[in-house]
Amino acid sequence: MSDPSVRLQKIRALIAAHKRWDIIFGVVGLLALMAGVLTFAALFIEMAIKGLPRLSWDFFTSFPSRKPGEAGILSAWVGSILVMVVTALAALPLGVGAAVYLEEYAPKNWMTDLIEINVTNLAGVPSIIYGLLALGLFVYQFGLGQSILTAGLTLALLILPVVIVTTREAIRSIPGAIREGAYALGATKWQTTSDHILPYARGGILTGVIIGMSRAIGETAPVITIGALTFIAFLPPAPVQGEFPFLSFEWIMSPFTVMPIQMFNWTSRPEAAFQHNAAAAGLVLVVMTLSMNALAIYLRYRLRKKIKW
Amino acid sequence: MVTVAMPHGLPAISPAPVPLPKAETRGLSFSYGTFQALQHIDLAIYERRVTALIGPSGCGKSTFLRCFNRMHDLYPGNRYEGEIRFFPDNTNLLDPHVDPIEVRMRISMVFQKANPFPKSIYENVAYGLRVRGVKRRVTLDEKVEEALRDAALWDEVKDRLNDLAFNLSGGQQQRLCIARALATDPEMLLFDEPTSALDPIATASIEGLITELKNRVTILIVTHNMQQAARVSDYTAYMYLGRLIEFGVTDDIFLKPKRKETEDYITGRFG
Repeated sequence: MSDPSVRLQKIRALIAAHKRWDIIFGVVGLLALMAGVLTFAALFIEMAIKGLPRLSWDFFTSFPSRKPGEAGILSAWVGSILVMVVTALAALPLGVGAAVYLEEYAPKNWMTDLIEINVTNLAGVPSIIYGLLALGLFVYQFGLGQSILTAGLTLALLILPVVIVTTREAIRSIPGAIREGAYALGATKWQTTSDHILPYARGGILTGVIIGMSRAIGETAPVITIGALTFIAFLPPAPVQGEFPFLSFEWIMSPFTVMPIQMFNWTSRPEAAFQHNAAAAGLVLVVMTLSMNALAIYLRYRLRKKIKW
Repeated sequence: MVTVAMPHGLPAISPAPVPLPKAETRGLSFSYGTFQALQHIDLAIYERRVTALIGPSGCGKSTFLRCFNRMHDLYPGNRYEGEIRFFPDNTNLLDPHVDPIEVRMRISMVFQKANPFPKSIYENVAYGLRVRGVKRRVTLDEKVEEALRDAALWDEVKDRLNDLAFNLSGGQQQRLCIARALATDPEMLLFDEPTSALDPIATASIEGLITELKNRVTILIVTHNMQQAARVSDYTAYMYLGRLIEFGVTDDIFLKPKRKETEDYITGRFG
C-alpha cells in the first residue's frame, strides 16, 4: 500500500484529467449548436435589415410591379392563404381518416405493415416528385388546370404523411382502458371513434396539421412544377359576393402565385432594389411559418393540460 | 316470494331459496393464439347472487370474466370454444351469430383501474344511454341521478355534475365507473378486481355497494383478495392454471374445502 496522501493526489489528478474532457465536449457541443443557431440568426437579421424598411401597408396591398419601389406581395400572400385553406381542407379528412383506419379498423397483417412502411417513406419523397405527380394527375388527367385547387391538393399530398403519423401517435397515446370502457358499454367502433378517440386526439391532430402546413407554405418546387405564375397582377374572384348565392368557388380554379415563388422571382432580378423586396417577403414568410409553429405548440400545451392520463 | 317496489321502478324480488342460474358456462375453453388460457370450464352463475372468482395471478380468472362480455373479440387471435348460456332466453353469448355489442348491452363491466372518460361526471354516466340512442334530457337527467344514487356517489357530486371526472378521487372514480355501468340497467355486472388500486376505506365502500347491488343484478367478481371474496360473495370458484378446481357456497369453500389444492391456497400455503 502506498502512502495515503500520494494516493489522494493521484486520484485528484485523474479526476482533473477526466473533467477536462467534460469541458472540451461542452465547448464542442456548444459550437455545434451555435453553427445552426447563429446561421439562422445571421440570415434572419440580414433579411430583417434589408427587408424591414420595405415593410409598409403598401407592400401588403400592392401587386408586383416592374418598379421595385411600387411592387408588393398582395397576390402572393392572398394566394398562399387560399392554397393553405385548400391544403388544410384536403389533408385533414384524408390524413385523419387514414390514421383512424390504420389504428382502429385495419386488421394487423402484412398488408397494413406494408402500408405503414409506405406512409413513412412518403415523408421522405422529394417535394418536386409530388409536383410531377400533380402535373400529370391533377393538371392533365383531371383537367384541374394550373389552379389554386391543384396547388392545394398537391401540398395536401405532400403533408399527408406528417398528418397521418402525428394523428396515429395522438391516437396511440389514448390508453386502451378508455377504449375498453367505451366498448364495454356497448359502443360500436364508430361510436368509440367519434365520441372518444377523435375528441381526445384532437390536440395531436391539430398540431400535426399545423406543422404540416408550416412546411407546405414554404414549398416552392412542386408549386412551380404545376405551373404557378411568377408574375400576377390580379386577385382570384372573391369567395363572398353581394348577390345570391353569396358564396362563390370560382377562386378555386383561378391562377395564382404564392409567397416563396414571389420571393424567388425577385431574387433572380438584377436590380438591387428587388433584393430588398425579396428580403421583406422572406421576412413575412418566416414570420408566417414561425407563428404557425407557435400556434401548434400553444395548442398542444393547452389541450394536453385538460387531458392527463 | 316477497316483491318490493324500488324507487327506480324495477321490482326487486328478494332472493329465492333455490337460486336460478343467470348464466352457465358449458365446456368453456379460451386461447390467446396458441396459448390455451381456459380449459373446459363448467360453472353456473346464480341470479341476484355474488359469485367470486379467486386464484393465483395468471390462473385465468380475468380471462374467464372477460368472456362474458366478449371483450376478447376486440383483439385478434383469440378463440372461444364451448358455450355461455344466458338466461332466461337461453342465448349462447359466444355464438358467432350473436353480436358482441348486444352482449355488452346486457352485461356491464367495471374494470380493475377506474377508467372514466375525460368528460364531465354527467357525461360519463350518460354515455351508455347515449350509445343506446337516449336523447331526451329529462330521461338522461333521471337515469344519471338514479345511477349515481345507486353507486352511493350522488351526494358527493350532485353540485358539480359538469366537473371533469378526473378531478374525483380514486375511490370516487371507481364508484363513477360503477354508476356508468349501472345506468343502462344491466342484467349482469362484471367486476375485474375493482378495488385493487384503492385504499381500505374506498375498498370498504365499494364492497358495501356490491352487497347492496346484488338485490337487483347478478354479479361476477374477480378478486385476488380472499378476505374480499369471503366478505362479499355468496358463491366462490377457485381457479388454477386455467381450470376450475372447486366451486361452491362461499362458506363451504372457505371453511371446508373438498379439494386439497383449494385448501392449500385458502390457508396461504400456496399462491
